[in-house]
Amino acid sequence: MPQNRKHTLSALVQNQAGVLAHVAGMFAARGYNIDSLAVGRTEDPDLSRMTIVVRGDEDTLEQVRKQLGKIIPVVKVYDWTEQDLVQRDLMLVKVSATPERRPEIQSLIEMFQGKVVDIGPKFVMVEVTGPEAKIEAFLETCRPYGIKDVARTGIIAMPRHPRTIQTNGKE
Amino acid sequence: MTQKESISTSPPSKPAGQPATPRNGSQLFCERLRAEGVDLLFGYPGGVVLPLFDALYQSPLKFILSRHEQGATHMADAYARVSGKVGTVLVTSGPGATNTVTGLATAHMDSTPLVVFTGQVKTFLIGNDAFQEADTTGITRPITKYNYIVKDVKDLARTIHEAYHIARTGRPGPVVVDLPLDVSVAEAPPVRETIEMDLPGYRPRAEGHFRQIHRAAEAINAAERPVVYAGGGVILANASEQLNQLVQKANLPITTTLLGLGCFDEGDSKSLGMLGMHGTAYANFAVQECDLLIAVGARFDDRITGDVKRFAPQARIIHIDIDPASISKSVKVNIPVVGDARLILTELVKLVERRERPDWFARIEDWKRKYPLTYDHSGDGIRPQQVIAEISRQTGGRAIITTGVGQHQMWTAQFYQFSRPRHFVTSGGLGTMGFGFPAAIGAQIARPDATVIDIDGDSSFSMTLNELPTAVEYELPVKVCILNNGYMGMVRQWQELFYGKRYSKSYLKHPSFARVAEAFGATGYTVTQKSEVPGVIEAMLAQTKCCVVDFHVAPEENVWPMVATGKGLHEMAGLPTESVERL
Repeated sequence: MPQNRKHTLSALVQNQAGVLAHVAGMFAARGYNIDSLAVGRTEDPDLSRMTIVVRGDEDTLEQVRKQLGKIIPVVKVYDWTEQDLVQRDLMLVKVSATPERRPEIQSLIEMFQGKVVDIGPKFVMVEVTGPEAKIEAFLETCRPYGIKDVARTGIIAMPRHPRTIQTNGKE
Repeated sequence: MTQKESISTSPPSKPAGQPATPRNGSQLFCERLRAEGVDLLFGYPGGVVLPLFDALYQSPLKFILSRHEQGATHMADAYARVSGKVGTVLVTSGPGATNTVTGLATAHMDSTPLVVFTGQVKTFLIGNDAFQEADTTGITRPITKYNYIVKDVKDLARTIHEAYHIARTGRPGPVVVDLPLDVSVAEAPPVRETIEMDLPGYRPRAEGHFRQIHRAAEAINAAERPVVYAGGGVILANASEQLNQLVQKANLPITTTLLGLGCFDEGDSKSLGMLGMHGTAYANFAVQECDLLIAVGARFDDRITGDVKRFAPQARIIHIDIDPASISKSVKVNIPVVGDARLILTELVKLVERRERPDWFARIEDWKRKYPLTYDHSGDGIRPQQVIAEISRQTGGRAIITTGVGQHQMWTAQFYQFSRPRHFVTSGGLGTMGFGFPAAIGAQIARPDATVIDIDGDSSFSMTLNELPTAVEYELPVKVCILNNGYMGMVRQWQELFYGKRYSKSYLKHPSFARVAEAFGATGYTVTQKSEVPGVIEAMLAQTKCCVVDFHVAPEENVWPMVATGKGLHEMAGLPTESVERL
C-alpha cells in the first residue's frame, strides 16, 4: 500500500449551521491534510454532500473515516479510493491573451474541450471541467501565456455502478 | 432513516395534556428539563439568562449557585460521575460561557455526560459584537461531543431532548446548548405527544458483534499470560459487576487506569493496581510480559503506554470499547469489540473457562513481593503518602475521593485502596488543576450521605478555593486535605529530574489555608507533626461541616516509580531495589 496516497472521501451531512466548521475544524485539530473539500446540496434538501480529498497512509485514513463518522451531523462516510470513480473539478482561469494570440489559445481550449466564458482586451476567461489531471495539464499548457487568476471548485466525485456498461469510453 | 424515539411530554407533577396558560421559552425549558429527569442544575446568572432564572424561581428545579462558572461545570461533572446521571449547568453569555470552557474540555476528555446551557444575545444581534457576546458554539465545538444554538423556540423542546440523548448515550460527553435571549422569552408552541429526534447520523452501537465476542473468548481461554486493562469506560457503562465476574470466572489478573480506579476491588489478590507512568511495577511488568491484553473501556493514552512502539510487545490485544474511533488509534489491536462494555462482558462471561495459570500468577506474586509500592517513613516530617494511606485506612476505602492534578493525585491513585466504582473523581485526560474542590462539592450534592474527601495539592486548591462559600452556603460536609509542600509538586519533580533542579516559578507563597477556611465559615486545621495525622483525620471525618486540613508535608518528596517520557513501560525509575527488570 503506497504511503500518503490520495483518498477521495464522500460524506453525507445534515444540512445545518456549523457542520462545515465542524468537519473542517476536526481536520485541523487532528492535523490531517486536506487537498480539497467541496460541498453542495443533494437530491434530498436535508442533506449535503462533502467530497474531501485527503492524503495519508491507511492507518491515518482509517482514523479520518472514524473521526468523520463520529461527528453527529455526519450521516454517512464513504471512502471511494479503491473504486472506479467519475471525478470532476471545474476551473475558471483567466489567461493573458492579446488579440493576436487568441487563435492560438482558442485551439488549446478546443483541445481541452474548454469554453471561453469572457473576453477582454488582454485576457480570455476559460471554463474547463474534468478530472484533476486534465485541469492541471490545461494550466501547464497555458502557463507560457501568463495566468492572471484561477478559481477551482475542488473535486466532486461519484462511483460508477460496477455493472454499468460504459457507453462513453472517454473519461 | 430518521431516528424516532419518544418520551413522555407531560411534566412530572402535572397530568398529561397542555398547560392552560401560554408559556414562554424559559418556562418550556424548565418543563423539558424535568421531563428529562433533571432535578437540579449548577450555574451562575447573568444578563441574557434573566428570563430563564425567572422561570427557575417558580420551578421545583433545585439550583446550586457556584462562585465561578468553571466551578459550576466541574461540580456538574463530578455530580454526573458519582450519580451516573447527566449533569446540568446554566450560565450566561460571553464570559459566563467562556468560563465553562475548562470544565467542558475536562468533561470531554473524560467522557462525562453534561448538558451546559449558555445564554446568548438576541438572535438579531449575533455577529454584531454585542455586549457579552461570544461565539459560544464556535469556541466549544472541539471540546464538546456536540453543540447547538437554538434560533427558534419551536426547536427548543427537540434540541433539549437531543442534547440529553447525545450526552448520555454512546461514549458520553458534554453537549452545549446556546440559548439566545429572544428565544427564551418567545411564546412556546405546544409540545407534541412525542418528540422526534432528528439525528440520522447518530447511531451508537450497543450490542457487541457476536463473532468478535466469540473470538475474544477463544483468545482468553487460550491465553497463558493474560492481563485485563480496565478504564473509565467500565464505570461509565456500569459494568463493574460484569468485569468482576469475568475476572473471577476466567481467573485473570487485572490492572486499571487512573479513571478505572474503583471498577475492581483493589483488595482482591487479582488486582495489580494502576498501570502507566506512575503505575505499580507489577502492573507495568505484567503488561509488558503478557501474551494477551484485554482492554475494556480504555483508550491507550500516552500516560498508559509509555513508548508506544514497545508497549505490550508480546501481546495479542482485545479491545472492548463503545467508540469505534478509539480502536487502533494509537495501538493496533487484534480483536476489536465495539459496543457497550456491560452488554459485551455479560456475553463474554458465558463463554470463558477457568484456567489456573500457576506460573503466571507466581511471577506476578514475585513482582509484588520485590517491588511493592512504598515510601520513606523516616524522619519527623509528614510524608504525603502517609496521609493518604491513613485516610484510606480510616475510611475503609469507601469514601468518595476527588483530587486536583499532580503529585497528590498520583499518590492518591497509589495509596488509597479503591474498592467500588463511582468513588473516585479526578481529571485524567485534561489534567485540570483546581478540579478537586468543586468536584467534591458536586459529589457531595449527588451523595449527601457519603463521606466526600478532596485530597488536593496546595497549588491545585489555590485555583478554585473561591468555591469555599458554596460549600458553606449549602452546608456540605466536604473535607479538603491539602498535601501542602509549597511547590507545584509535579512541576518541581520534573525540574529536579530533567531540568537540573532549576525550580523555575514552581514555588508558591501560600496563605494560612486554615484561616482562609475559617474566614469563609468553614473549619480549618493546620497539621505539622507526623504524630498528629491519625487524630486529625479522625476529627475531620467526624466533622459535619466543610473543613479544610492543611498538612505541611515533606517539600521535596517525589512520586515513584516513574516511567519517563519515551521510555518503555518496564523501564521504571525509583523502584525499591533500584534493580531493573530485564525483559
